[in-house]
Amino acid sequence: MIYFNNVSKVYKDAVALDDVTLTIGAGEFVSIVGHSGAGKTTLTKMILADESPSEGTVFFESINVHQLKNKDLTKLRQRIGVVFQDYKLLANKTAYENIAFAMEAVGKTDEEIASDVPHVLELVDLSHRVYHFPSQMSGGEQQRLAIARAIINQPELIIADEPTGNLDSINTHEIVQILKKINDLGTTVILNTHDRGVVESVGKRVVTMENGKIIRDTKRHK
Amino acid sequence: MAITDLKRIIKAGFINFKRGGLVSFAAVLVVTITLSVITIIILLQAVLYSSLDQIKDKVDVTIYFTVDAPESKVMFLKESLEKLPEVATVSYTSATDALKLFRDRHANDYSTLAALDEIGNNPLGAYLNVKAKEISQYESIANFLKSDNALASGDGDIIDKVNYHQNKLVIDRLNIIIAGAQKLGFLITLLLVIISIIITFNTIRLTIFISKEEIGVMRLVGASKMRVRGPFMIEGAIYGIIATIITLLLFLPITIWFGRNMTDFLGLDIYDYYISNLFQIFAIILLSGIILGAISSFIAIRRYLNK
Repeated sequence: MIYFNNVSKVYKDAVALDDVTLTIGAGEFVSIVGHSGAGKTTLTKMILADESPSEGTVFFESINVHQLKNKDLTKLRQRIGVVFQDYKLLANKTAYENIAFAMEAVGKTDEEIASDVPHVLELVDLSHRVYHFPSQMSGGEQQRLAIARAIINQPELIIADEPTGNLDSINTHEIVQILKKINDLGTTVILNTHDRGVVESVGKRVVTMENGKIIRDTKRHK
Repeated sequence: MAITDLKRIIKAGFINFKRGGLVSFAAVLVVTITLSVITIIILLQAVLYSSLDQIKDKVDVTIYFTVDAPESKVMFLKESLEKLPEVATVSYTSATDALKLFRDRHANDYSTLAALDEIGNNPLGAYLNVKAKEISQYESIANFLKSDNALASGDGDIIDKVNYHQNKLVIDRLNIIIAGAQKLGFLITLLLVIISIIITFNTIRLTIFISKEEIGVMRLVGASKMRVRGPFMIEGAIYGIIATIITLLLFLPITIWFGRNMTDFLGLDIYDYYISNLFQIFAIILLSGIILGAISSFIAIRRYLNK
């Protein structure tokens, strides 16, 4: 589903990715592990074309991500749900509107929005926060809202970049469980984390990065 | 689909404006200042032009005829003057009327009247008062009189004197002042408008800078450029509309005060002018406000969208 072919990314004086080649199949749950600065975030940003490679190519199915025109890029992003460490919610929109916005972006009707939003909020246990703004919610709640937004349009791929980085262990556990559930329903999940505990509780495939290189790629079964 | 999008964009614009709070308030304030500057300029131009018109109206050329000039020749000259494209009006005062006016003017001056009675017959000639459409055209009228005089004078000169040459210095100077005032007025207008636009643009840029992260998030969630940009443009237009209303209301008491206290000084009742041109002023500043708000937003958001 996703193919990195000899991808390198060089900033002015630092190498973020060093000749990375990686294939991720549909329906996989891949944890990308490494210290801060190992290149995990840069790697996942490549899939969204939020970063462009200095060398190499990134394919999403048969699409060369970095050759997309603006309009097609928008379409590609609509097929991918993203969860960030800092949530990246729309601060001046309520929980409901944050999710509705993602649905509006892909052109869903008002009826679909009215029926789906309460449903997904229930799924992440936020039914009591419908009209709250992100600033009025706890970190765990904000992250669950971000996940709800990421999955609302039934994306083919979920990218979660350090989703538990700011959370305590109980919230972390909840987030991991939600991601696993999403994966069980058939969505490909890429999880960036530096938390060994998270990796252990996920199991499945683990890609370890260091200094912009993939140093280990192991599949576990649990 | 497109209509749904438009509806959502407009709705989002209004919600953003409402939730913007202090930022929206500040932006409206700045746009209000800009629109006030434009309104002040409109009113100043009105004052300038009305004073210039009054000054121009005071300038004229009078042709004094000799006492024995036959009225038919005078009337012939009047008609030919009226045919000139530069001439606005020509008024004729007969010798009898001139005498009457003179007597009226000196009604309290006994010695002058006595002297006049002593002469017996009317010492005053008839005269024509000529007003040109533009001050700069008096010269060509004077030139015409010179040549026409030569044509009409079969039996002696009927024109006693033309006061153009006495007035010439004043007229020339006025010409320079008026041209200068118009040029200066235009330059000041241009400068003020440019400054206001820059200030407004920067304020709106700030309001969008605050939302820079949100813009990035919206794009990552898969919103199209227009879907991200639209609400900001609507918000900008709302700044313009509200600022227009505030400006119009603000200038009501201001012009009333000016109308009451400064009409004699300015030579124009500002309140009267404001009310009778309210619709045009409204249209000008509403359009300026909306365009300023929407276009500023459109440009300001561009750099955050190119991802």
